[in-house]
Amino acid sequence: MKTFQERIDNGETIEPKDDMPDRYRQQLIRMMSQHAHSEVVGMLPEGNWITRAPSLRRKMILLSKVQDEAGHGLYLYSATETLGASRKEVINQLLEGKAKYSSIFNYPTLTWADVAVIGWLVDGAAIINQTMLARSSYGPYSRAMVRICKEESFHKKQGYEMVATMADGTPEQQDMIQDAVNRWWWPTLMMFGPHDENSPNSAELIKWGVKSKTNDELRQSFVDRHVAEAHEVGLEIPDDDLEYNEETGHWEFGEIDWDEFWNVVKGNGPMNKERMKARREAHENGKWVREAAEEYARKQKLSKEKAS
Amino acid sequence: MSKENENNSEDTQWPLWEVFTQPRDGKPHEHAGSLHAPDAEKALENARDVYTRRKEAVNLWVVPSNQIVASKGEDEGPFFDPADDKPYRHPQFYSVPRVSKRRS
Amino acid sequence: MSTATKSKELTKQKALFEYLVRLADDRLILGHRLSEWCGHGPILEEDIALANIALDYIGHAANLYEYAVEIEGEGRHRDDLVYFRNDPEYKNLKLVELPKGDFGFTIARQFLFSSYSYYLYQLLSDIEDEQIRGMVEKHFKEVKYHLRHSREWILRLGDGTEESHSRIQDAFNDMWTYVGELFYQDEVDEFLQEKNLAADTASFKSDWKDLVTDTLEEATLDVPDWNQFMVEGSRQGLHTEHLGHLLAEMQHLRRSYPDADWE
Repeated sequence: MKTFQERIDNGETIEPKDDMPDRYRQQLIRMMSQHAHSEVVGMLPEGNWITRAPSLRRKMILLSKVQDEAGHGLYLYSATETLGASRKEVINQLLEGKAKYSSIFNYPTLTWADVAVIGWLVDGAAIINQTMLARSSYGPYSRAMVRICKEESFHKKQGYEMVATMADGTPEQQDMIQDAVNRWWWPTLMMFGPHDENSPNSAELIKWGVKSKTNDELRQSFVDRHVAEAHEVGLEIPDDDLEYNEETGHWEFGEIDWDEFWNVVKGNGPMNKERMKARREAHENGKWVREAAEEYARKQKLSKEKAS
Repeated sequence: MSKENENNSEDTQWPLWEVFTQPRDGKPHEHAGSLHAPDAEKALENARDVYTRRKEAVNLWVVPSNQIVASKGEDEGPFFDPADDKPYRHPQFYSVPRVSKRRS
Repeated sequence: MSTATKSKELTKQKALFEYLVRLADDRLILGHRLSEWCGHGPILEEDIALANIALDYIGHAANLYEYAVEIEGEGRHRDDLVYFRNDPEYKNLKLVELPKGDFGFTIARQFLFSSYSYYLYQLLSDIEDEQIRGMVEKHFKEVKYHLRHSREWILRLGDGTEESHSRIQDAFNDMWTYVGELFYQDEVDEFLQEKNLAADTASFKSDWKDLVTDTLEEATLDVPDWNQFMVEGSRQGLHTEHLGHLLAEMQHLRRSYPDADWE
């Protein structure tokens, strides 16, 4: 019998019924359920603009994108369930404030330009992370990621298209889009998590083949790609220390405000309370609906049993 | 995985179902993923909404997850090895004269 | 009778434009209401289902508006109809502009509207306009699904728990005064029907009532009184107070920057 680590090092995929160390299982449940929560909470900031989208085309794109995020939350909850953590259980952890989700969604969408910038930057960051996770050692996670990456390919594109349109638009539109970039740039960089030396989970996840790149490596590839895209459409990146290093071929950037990062993680971001309130309300208002459907199914089953 | 399929009086997220989609006419059904639904009809509807948003299927199967019986990792040897001794099941086992293509 | 249309001599062009806008407004406004559920549904699967239906309606409306401005021939864009008309120019039924309410209210309205649309689209697939027929052929599949989705929910909510039964019953009772208008017809309809360019909704009224009655009875619900007072005036642009707020929200960004391009 090969040891678990030998299977990982061999590039094998771990499936739900395979033997796995308890710590591997627990780390995956934590990571995948957080990922699922992020998709679902992530519907709220963009969903805030569906009814106000400035054209029918934009409205339909936004609605289908936010709907995709519900689907992606669903895929990820299902993948988490294969590890023995039911959706009810992990959703309760979220609603009780015991589980985390990506802090980026605790920032408000103040103008329509925020919707464009979320698509471009936040989805741009998500794609970099998710492309890596599509090669994760845990089969159900990796398969969910493959499907999600495929579906999300238009998410960033529609965002960047809108960014370009606004950057090339009226002076008001240009101001609006630059303002949104100024507000979202740094929180997006924070999405990749703490520096490698402060990220104890990261090394373990890499050892187990769940991740294949460190937080800082992922952040760097995000910066390289998006600085170029910003310049392409004439937008400024709000970082005085941003400088291209000819030797490494990478953009060097300033230090993240880690106080802000930890503050938002701890629940003090501008929208933490409202996001949780919205999720709790949806859950509570839906309770009678979920119960009714289950009660109907029970009655139907009973009457079928009686008839036979 | 069976816990959430138990019907308790507490609020639940509904039982878990597995969804199989047939991508095109004549193709076999493939496992697409899972979802939650109170019963078979709603499972079919939800499968349509969740797994065919991009026209990925012409037909759907839904099966309660607790009805799926899977072979276990430990079964690997006895379950799947016999095929190794039966090369005659594979077309590569046979050498046949190559028929040269002729125009009719 | 519509004062707006009465004062003008009806032409095929004017009547068809009006007819398409009425159809489109119903779908846009209902799609808007459904889109408000996105991120707030009772369970993930249903969140996705409601967003799907909202997308269908908004897509149907987009196609209808596009054809309307083409018929009009004044070089307007479909978005001009969506973002630059005021409340009285909107011709949607009051039924579809009512706030989304609880899930029961949303589903009751979905059932009434999609069962109505089901019969309507059957007739529209037969009219003498190739472009409308083409559109209807595409949309009809979705309309059939909307009916299935909502009808199955009516059964579950009606015959589910005591709470769901009373919520869905209340929803039907509350919206009943708005259902009469579904079958309102005026000279626009008559003018077009003579040329086989519009559906005669009177022809399926009793079938529709049977479907509604059968479904509600199967769901152990009471059918409210068909002969109760029914409101009118939507097709002339008389609305509830809710539409103004809906349009203010929907239009404000676009109107704040009328010269900006957002596509």
